[in-house]
Amino acid sequence: MVPLSYYLVLGGILFACGVAGFLIKRNIITIFMSIELMLNGVNLSFVAFAAHWHQLAGQVFVFFVMVVAAAEAAVGLAIIIAVYRTRETLNVDQVNLLKL
Amino acid sequence: MSLHLILFLAFGAVCVAGAINLLAQTHPINSALSLIAVMAALAGEYLLLGAEFVAAVQVIVYAGAIMVLFVFTIMLLNAGEEERTKGSRVAILFGVPGMLIGSTLLAWVVLRHSGTEAVPIGALPGDPKIIGQLLFHEFLLPFEITSVLILIAIMGAVVLASKPEAVQKKKEH
Repeated sequence: MVPLSYYLVLGGILFACGVAGFLIKRNIITIFMSIELMLNGVNLSFVAFAAHWHQLAGQVFVFFVMVVAAAEAAVGLAIIIAVYRTRETLNVDQVNLLKL
Repeated sequence: MSLHLILFLAFGAVCVAGAINLLAQTHPINSALSLIAVMAALAGEYLLLGAEFVAAVQVIVYAGAIMVLFVFTIMLLNAGEEERTKGSRVAILFGVPGMLIGSTLLAWVVLRHSGTEAVPIGALPGDPKIIGQLLFHEFLLPFEITSVLILIAIMGAVVLASKPEAVQKKKEH
């Protein structure tokens, strides 16, 4: 038997790692992966609350989060490819202009 | 210590270790592989919570499809080691203690004030049938809107990733 709070703390740790990666990392792909890590932490909280309150709607929300994550990954990676084509770099410090 | 708690701690340890490894590695492919480990361990956590269908979708969609897309992009762009930049001294001076205090406070409050009743195994059947009924009755409109979102995302990805005409013309000449 595991209390709800343990799941929440684990989700919080994952989210915090995602935030730290988003701020620390310099590679644009790794920054993107940190965002996925944050979404995963939120998903864990959703499922834990769904189990705690006996509401299956929480699990349905997880599907919506996954759909949005998939759409975001597809568009975001396409943008990364477009950026790499014009800048020839993946370092976010060198991508500091919106124009070409 | 029950088996449930032992399994929770084991999967949770894999999750946290993978997340920290994602931060520590400098090569993006290593980060991607540790993220896959985090997602697989999270699927185990979902199984402990009785959400079988979510666990299956987590492995298939997240650890499968999305991470393949990431690994594919890393290989396509031939991403190498990232260059480290020195952070500002203020960030280290105030950021690290602030983060430690904030996270300890948050964990303390959550552990202290949330309900201590445990979540029993199988208390909530994450049956695909019930989830499907919920998805197609109560959440029908959001479901349709997300399908439109997916369609827009597909078109956006194709438009963004396709080569601009100027580059193509240059290649032809």
